[in-house]
Parts: sequence; C-alpha cells; structure tokens
Amino acid sequence: MSSSWIDQALAEHKEPEHDELDAGGRRQLPLADREQQVLDRIDRARRRRPKVREERITMSHGAGGKATHTLIEAVFLDAFRNPLLEPLEDAAQLALGGARIALTTDSYVVSPLFFPGGTIGDLAVNGTVNDLAVSGATPLYLSAGFILEEGFPVADLNRVVESMRDAAAAAGVHIVTGDTKVVQKGKADGCYINTAGVGLIERDVSLGVARARPGDAIIVSGPIGDHGITIMLARGELDIEADICSDTAPLNGLVAGLLDAVPEARAMRDATRGGVATILNEIAKDADVGVLVSEDEIPVRAEVRGASELLGIDPMYVACEGRLVAVVPAEAADRAVAALRAHPLGEQAAVIGRVREEQPGIVQLKTAFGGTRIVDLLVGDPLPRIC
Amino acid sequence: MRFVDEFRDADKAHALAAKIAALCEPGRQYKLMEVCGGHTHTIYKHGLEDYLPESVTLVHGPGCPVCVIPMGRVDDAIHLASQPDVIMTSFGDMMRVPGSGGSFFDANAEGTNIRMVYSPLDSLKIAKQNPDKQVVFMAIGFETTAPSTAMTMLRAAAAGIENFSVFCNHVTIVPAIKAILDSPDLRLDGFIGPGHVSTVIGCRPYEFIARDYGKPVVVAGFEPLDILQSIYMLMVQLSEGRSEVENQYSRVVPWAGNPVALKVIGETMELRPYFEWRGLGFISHSALQVREKFAAMDAERLFRVPGVRVADPKACQCGEVLKGVLKPWECKVFGTACTPETPIGTCMVSPEGACAAYYNFGRMNRTRVAEAAQASRS
Repeated sequence: MSSSWIDQALAEHKEPEHDELDAGGRRQLPLADREQQVLDRIDRARRRRPKVREERITMSHGAGGKATHTLIEAVFLDAFRNPLLEPLEDAAQLALGGARIALTTDSYVVSPLFFPGGTIGDLAVNGTVNDLAVSGATPLYLSAGFILEEGFPVADLNRVVESMRDAAAAAGVHIVTGDTKVVQKGKADGCYINTAGVGLIERDVSLGVARARPGDAIIVSGPIGDHGITIMLARGELDIEADICSDTAPLNGLVAGLLDAVPEARAMRDATRGGVATILNEIAKDADVGVLVSEDEIPVRAEVRGASELLGIDPMYVACEGRLVAVVPAEAADRAVAALRAHPLGEQAAVIGRVREEQPGIVQLKTAFGGTRIVDLLVGDPLPRIC
Repeated sequence: MRFVDEFRDADKAHALAAKIAALCEPGRQYKLMEVCGGHTHTIYKHGLEDYLPESVTLVHGPGCPVCVIPMGRVDDAIHLASQPDVIMTSFGDMMRVPGSGGSFFDANAEGTNIRMVYSPLDSLKIAKQNPDKQVVFMAIGFETTAPSTAMTMLRAAAAGIENFSVFCNHVTIVPAIKAILDSPDLRLDGFIGPGHVSTVIGCRPYEFIARDYGKPVVVAGFEPLDILQSIYMLMVQLSEGRSEVENQYSRVVPWAGNPVALKVIGETMELRPYFEWRGLGFISHSALQVREKFAAMDAERLFRVPGVRVADPKACQCGEVLKGVLKPWECKVFGTACTPETPIGTCMVSPEGACAAYYNFGRMNRTRVAEAAQASRS
C-alpha cells in the first residue's frame, strides 16, 4: 500500500461547486450558513454508494459498525442482490407454498466460550431464535454447524452442546440438521458455531425498520449492554470485577406478547453487536427519518454504567443478547410497554425516544446533562468477538 | 452513580449557564481554548455547548495525544513492528491512526503483530509469555501517560526482563501551548487548562501564560459541570480584567503536581532537542526520549528506525484545527474525504480529536438551551 489511498479518497470526494474562499482559505458566507453547507455536503457524502477501501479484511469489518455495513453492502449485497436480501433485515421473509417463512443464519465466535450467564451454545441458539422472533416469526427448526480446532476438549464440547440442547428446549425449537468440521491446531480458536433457523410467520404483521414514521415511539425491552460488558470482564484482561452476567435469552415469548397486544407494531430488532445505537441508526437511515432519544430514559444497570465509565465506552454501543428495540405508533406505546413488562424478560421495558421528521438519517441523544449530541454508527468495535 | 452523577446535574448546569451569560459584555466575543482532548470529548459527549451563549466559543486545542503524532512516526512504528520476531503493543486509540501506507490495523492484516493493551504493564506480561520475541511498546501521550511508561521500564529493569523496549513518543504540553500562543493567526481570551496532565506537572508551569501573555488559565476536571464551572471562572477573571492560574480541579490536582511521577519520568526519560508535531511542525524540547541509562529498552537504539518524514496531505488542515484557527467543519475535507471510517488527519481518529468529536457528536443543527427555554416560554 502507498499513500495513494489519500489521493484516491480526495478524488472521490471532489466537490463540483466552488465556494468563495478568502486569502486564508476560509469561506466567506455567514458562519451558520457555512456550517449548514458543510453539514449538507457531509450528508451527500454519507448517502453515496459504499466502497471497501481496504485491500484486506481488518477487525473493523467484523465489528458491526460502519465498516461492517460497508462490507455487506459493497461486497455481499452487490454480488447476491435480490429483492428478498435487499431489506437486510434480521431474517429473510419467503413465501413457500402459501406459507410465509422466515430464514436466518448467524455464526458465533465468542471468546471466552464460557462466561457468566451462558456459553457459546446459548448464544448460538438464542441469537438465531431472536433473529426469527423479531421478524414476526414463530421459530421452529435450527441447523447447527461446528468448526472445531484439533485438541479441543470433548468435555468442553459436551458442555457447549448441552447448553444448546437446554436453550433449544427453552425456546421451543428443534435442532434438526448439522455439520462438523475439524481444522488443525492454530487454525481456529477452540470452537466456532454456525446456526441457521426457519420460522413460520403466522401473524398478519408487516415488520421492517423502513416502516418507522414520524411520531412513532421507540422502546427497549430492558437494561442494555449486559452481554458486552460481561464478556469483556470475563476475558480477565481488565482488573475490574462486577456482579453482572450475560442477558442471553430467547425472545420469542416476549415478542409474541408484544405482537398480541400491538399487532400494528412497525419494527423490531434484537440489539446484538453494535448495541442499541446501531439499531437506532438503522431506523434513521432505512426509514429516512430522524430519531431523538433521551439518555435519562435508557435503562442501564449501575454495574454496566460503572464499567463503561471506567473503560471510556458508551453503553449505547455495547452488545446485548436478550434485548429488543421496538418501534410502535405513538398511541400504542403504553400498550406495548405494558405487554413487554408483563413478561419476565421485559420487566424494565421503557420508551426511550421517538421518531421525528427533523434531521432525517440522524440519531440525536438528549444527554442526562441537558445537552444534545449525535449518536452515530461506530466505525470499529473496541471489543472483538463478542458473539 | 456516586462521584459521577453529581457532576452531571442539569439543574446546576442551568444555574451556571445563567451566570456565564450574565458575565458576557454585549458585543464582545469570547474565545476560550480547552487544551486537552479529554475536555473536547466531554464537551461534545454531553452537548455542553448547548449551555453557552453564542458569544462564547470553545476552541479545541492540541492536547489529544494521538492527534499530534505525525504520519512519519506511524510509518516508523509499523517499520519496527514488521521486523522479525517483534510484537508491538499499543493503546487502542493508536490502532486506526493512518500512516502513509495505512494504519496498525492494516499492518496487522498484512502480517505484523500489533496488540492492543490497556496498560503498558500488560506489555511485560506479553514479554514474559514470549521470551523469544522483542516486545516494543508504542508509548504515546503527554505527561499524563509518561509516568506509567516510566514505571513499566523500571519494573522491567527490576524483573530483569530483557525482551521489552519502548518506542518513545511522549510529548510535553507546555511547549505546545507556547507554540499556539506565539502563532500569529490566533486570538484567544483564556485557557481551560488540562486536568490530567496537571495531576502530574501541577499548575505552576502555566504561570507564564497568565504573567507573560496576560491570559487567564483555569485547570479543569473532566465532568461536564467541571468544564462549565471553569468557563465561569474564566469569565469572572475576564470581567474583572484579571489573568491568573486557577485550579478548578483541586480535588485531584495538587498545585505542585505529583513529585513521585515526575521523579520516575526524570529517571527514565529526558527532553529531546526537538520533535515533530502533526500540524504544528518541529517544536524544540517538546518531547521525551529514553535516557542513555536505559538504552537497552530504547527501540530507537535497538533497531534502525528510518525516521521518515511524511508531509501531511495538502488537503488536510489538522494543523489549523489543532491550533484552533479552523473549526473542524471548516477543513476542506471534513466529513467527506476525511471521516472516522477513513481518517486522513489524526484529529478524525481518536475520540478525543476535535474532528472526530464534532463528526460523531456535534454534526447537527444546534438548539441552544437558552433559545429552547425562550421558545418554550413564548
């Protein structure tokens, strides 16, 4: 690689119009107008077709933030483009012989494999169950593919598989097909799992973040960031101890309760990598609306907040494995919160903000301090291999 | 949460904001520089500018350790990391800083082994686990982080660890402030002094700013109310025509600094004759190097470091932003060619960089708290 990457980036973003510049290179419009002009220019740049600039995959590409989005849109979507894939929802929705089916897949590479509150096996089942559930489907059948490293203890594999069996039973799904591969020592890290799942969409619901409308309420089903902080502390690299465990859980029961009470719900997503902030950005971008949330309303456990403060990270970006974000029409907000709170996994559900017309594409946070700021997509995650 | 929530109380903020507004003389503009990147981050993260009257502008200074590292130094680090049997350790902030051929992340994708650490001491653990490798710590930061590098060197020496060394890029804050004060294109009314640096060096080193340049300095803490109170203290000094060094962060910053920390820095490091700062150019006696006595731990002595000089890309105006001459969004490439995803300038990389803070948190139409209150009254 050479410094040509800079020239390339500059050439791509060359602006056709020329602003009036004075001797110092500053533009001569009134300050507020100039700032607005720059904001508009940035907005245009952000809406351009994404392009992967790197010559090789870096850890940022797997972090669930901007780099991941760019990779998905520029490489995968570009190659596989079709109307079922294009919405990039948590699960694809298919019509098969009169039935509506949801199909999803996910791979799990979490390190460590065992952590307070769960194992890689719990994540592998719950993650896929949740992707189906938030699509409005009843999760039914899962596949399980294992990539094992030479030397991996069979006792550990048994532990992982038992946790999968129990998680599947708890979620009411069956693991009906699978695959096993073993690679040489050093070519993998113990055990990776891929699961795919199918579910049946029986309800007459139509869910998708692009359906969010100004005025809608945004709800989270419980305290955020538990999983990410748990994993980070479980790695033992930081001398911090806290009494928290992963929130990994199947959300199909919670979702069913919500959809029974609020069939007109617009969208649901389960907050995994990239946290709640990433989902809010997906809503803003896909529905071309503004999002305004209030820091005071977002439930965060004191332990998670404390660890985040110490580590300089924002709980809004920290992964959950058993929380969902829902968008519902304003008049259904109370009903939705009541339905979520009726379920053990949704006891701390809360309205955290609303969808609005102003500033489409942008998520704003009213801080507890009383100011406002943007909540953008993260570029890379400081915590790799969280799920 | 105790010791945090007290410093983020919105009611107290409203009260301070009203006192600040009352001190503004009609028609006068106030430009205050927060020297430290940590302050920049707090200001944007909490939306603190919403509380300030329009005549008070915050100028974001050069105190972001990552932002002042020149491209050539990143290239040198990657060169070191590409030597056989080298593991480099670095703070996470540094991983995405672009050199002329890419960042540490890109270098890792091409085969180097650069690992993120939370503390320089972690490097010693890695050195013990990999006795056949040389572990080079990429040391960056102001006087805030220099003591922990120094402690790590002293511990390595005490434990007889022979495969650990430091690529020293520690810089000192006072020469940078002086460079800014001497820069002809800048008019500042006062300084929000760096809090963390001052825990080490104390408040005395800033006295020349008040005495020789007639600018008030208030050393500030990092919670939003700390900063708002410091702005208030600066405004009081300005309204009374005083210029003194005051310590808002006295719960942490002793007036004379931390003698133990200063001693370990002095034991292991000494001033370099000169050092290149991104955007500010060469500043004499503005950085630290490893002392002769610790030559065996000095990566610059152990390896041949090319010492490349890479001119900043012409389009990049990090220098002007670091000096506070341009606001981040006034840079020609801000937000288009240069984004947190593909940063051209270092100010766009670190969460403490002025450009990244503005892009991530402040890129929106601002409604000031006072205006909002007025609108709701009318």
